[in-house]
Order: sequence, then structure tokens, then C-alpha cells
Amino acid sequence: MHKSLWMTSAGVLGLVALAGLAIGSDERGGWWGVRGSEEARESRFSRADVPAVSFAPYTDACGSCHLAYQPGLLPARSWDRIMATLSDHFGDNAELDPAASSEIRRYLADNASDRTGFGRAPAFARSVAAAEVPLRITDTPYFRHKHHELPQRLVAENPQVRSFSNCQACHRNADTGVYGEHDVRIAGYGRWDD
Amino acid sequence: MTTRTASAAIGLALLLPVAVCAAPDAMQTRYRAEGAGPFDATAGASAWQRGTSTEGETRSCSTCHGTDPRQPGRHPRTGKRIEPLAPSANPQALADEGNVEKWFARNCKWTWGRECSAQEKGNFLEYLKQL
Repeated sequence: MHKSLWMTSAGVLGLVALAGLAIGSDERGGWWGVRGSEEARESRFSRADVPAVSFAPYTDACGSCHLAYQPGLLPARSWDRIMATLSDHFGDNAELDPAASSEIRRYLADNASDRTGFGRAPAFARSVAAAEVPLRITDTPYFRHKHHELPQRLVAENPQVRSFSNCQACHRNADTGVYGEHDVRIAGYGRWDD
Repeated sequence: MTTRTASAAIGLALLLPVAVCAAPDAMQTRYRAEGAGPFDATAGASAWQRGTSTEGETRSCSTCHGTDPRQPGRHPRTGKRIEPLAPSANPQALADEGNVEKWFARNCKWTWGRECSAQEKGNFLEYLKQL
């Protein structure tokens, strides 16, 4: 009897402690992506900012030429447009057979910025006007807002970066959906602080 | 290591080169069934370097894959490394038939503005296999 009472109290105390920890990390903006503020989410406690890619057909089909960008970076209508125009994909032919194309299109749309509530995806989605169908992540207002302070010499004129589309040149863990400032090391330059 | 795992490992090691060669060979068999062949490595090599004017720029296989398929290439726009295509340098390069056909479809159109014929594809495979 006494033993079970002790265990119940310990359990309750444990839950209270856990709740306190959760509130604490939310205030620091840690792991609770959606609830924390954007700035807070950039703290060293945050990890993935958009859900990591977890669909091998997408990585296989698209990741050979460029980072398999997380679907949470563009709205579903953008992914649909991109998948419908693969034979002229920013100047490359990236066409796929119909079966592969259809399953990848579905994966991208289902996990798009306007379909997932995770991390920064909703902020990406909100920044795009309803009538706009951006084909480049770099054309979304949220992306621009986050990168507008970067001078040309660090990106376009930097032979180790060359383009904003080359995420991993600076966001070392971009392939896992981590884009926080803490992980940024600009190739040939180093850390970047706003 | 037990005898069983050892023999399994040896068996796998023996099988791997076979599996690697199987895809290009199976593809060439298919091309022959379509009326192509025999396949010529020298013709494949010269087609590899041949520049064609497409969409206002001169493009060839070597634009992205480099002049030596045993070396890695580089995507001209994104800068991403492209693994060597010669099986001698990269056993995975031609291991998957579906993947090879996907890239033939994409890259023949990008490079030459048209699909490659079964003969041309067979020649490329012949060239890459003997490197």
C-alpha cells in the first residue's frame, strides 16, 4: 500500500517536472517549433526547421543534381507546377516516368509548406501570396527576408557557394532539414551572425 | 567469423561483379532485340566527346561527366559532384537498369535535343564497360 502510494507520488512529481521542463524549453523556443517564436526557434536548442525528407524515390530522382529540398519549403501548388514541367526544369531535362512522377508529386504535395504544421514551414507558406506560385524556394518572401542581408561576395561571387540554391554550402545540415543560424558556416568565410 | 558467414561473404564478393555487369549486358540484349548492334566502344567514345549546339550552347556528355568517365564530373549549374560513370571506377554507376534508362532519357534530350537510339545507347555502354 505504502509502496504504491510512493510510486504514484513519484509519478506525479515526475510529470510536474517534465511539464516544467517543457514550459522552460518552450520559453527558450526550443523543441516546440510551431509554438515558439521564429527567432526563439533559431536558438541552439532547435534542430530540424522543416521536416527532413524521408521518401527514397524523391531523393533518388531529385537528389542527384541538387539537394532534395524539403517539401515544407514550398506550397503544394508550387510542387504541382514543378512536377508538371520537369522536361524543362530550370534549363535541365529532369523528366521521370509517369509512375515515379506521380508518387513523388503526391509526396511533395502532402508534405508541402501549406500542408505541414511543422517548424518554419507555416512561415514559408504564409509569406507567399495566394495568387503566387513560386517555382524557386529562393523566390519566397520568407526566404528573401532571411537572406537579404547577405552580400553578393559571399554567395553569387563566392566560388564555393555560387547560388542560394546550394543550401549545403552554408547550412551544413540542410539535408536533415536544419537551417538554424547556429549551423551556418559560409564556405570560404565562416560563421555568419546577423 | 564462422565458416558459414565467411563463405556467405565470399559468395557475395563473387556475385557482386556479376551483378554490376548484369544491367548493361541485359540492356544491350534488349537493344539487340530492337534491331540494334553490334555495339562499338570506339563509336561510344567519340559520341561521348561530340559537342552539339542545343539551346544556344555547345553540350556534350563531357559537359557534366568530364572527358574521362573514370573521373567524377560536376553539374554545371548546381556544382554538385557527379560520381564516375565507368563501372571500373564506380561499381554502382550502371548497376540499376531503370536508373540508367532514366538518365539516358533526361540527358540525351538535354545534350542532343532528342532521344538516343538503341544503337547509340548500346555504344555508350560498350565504351563505359571497357574503360
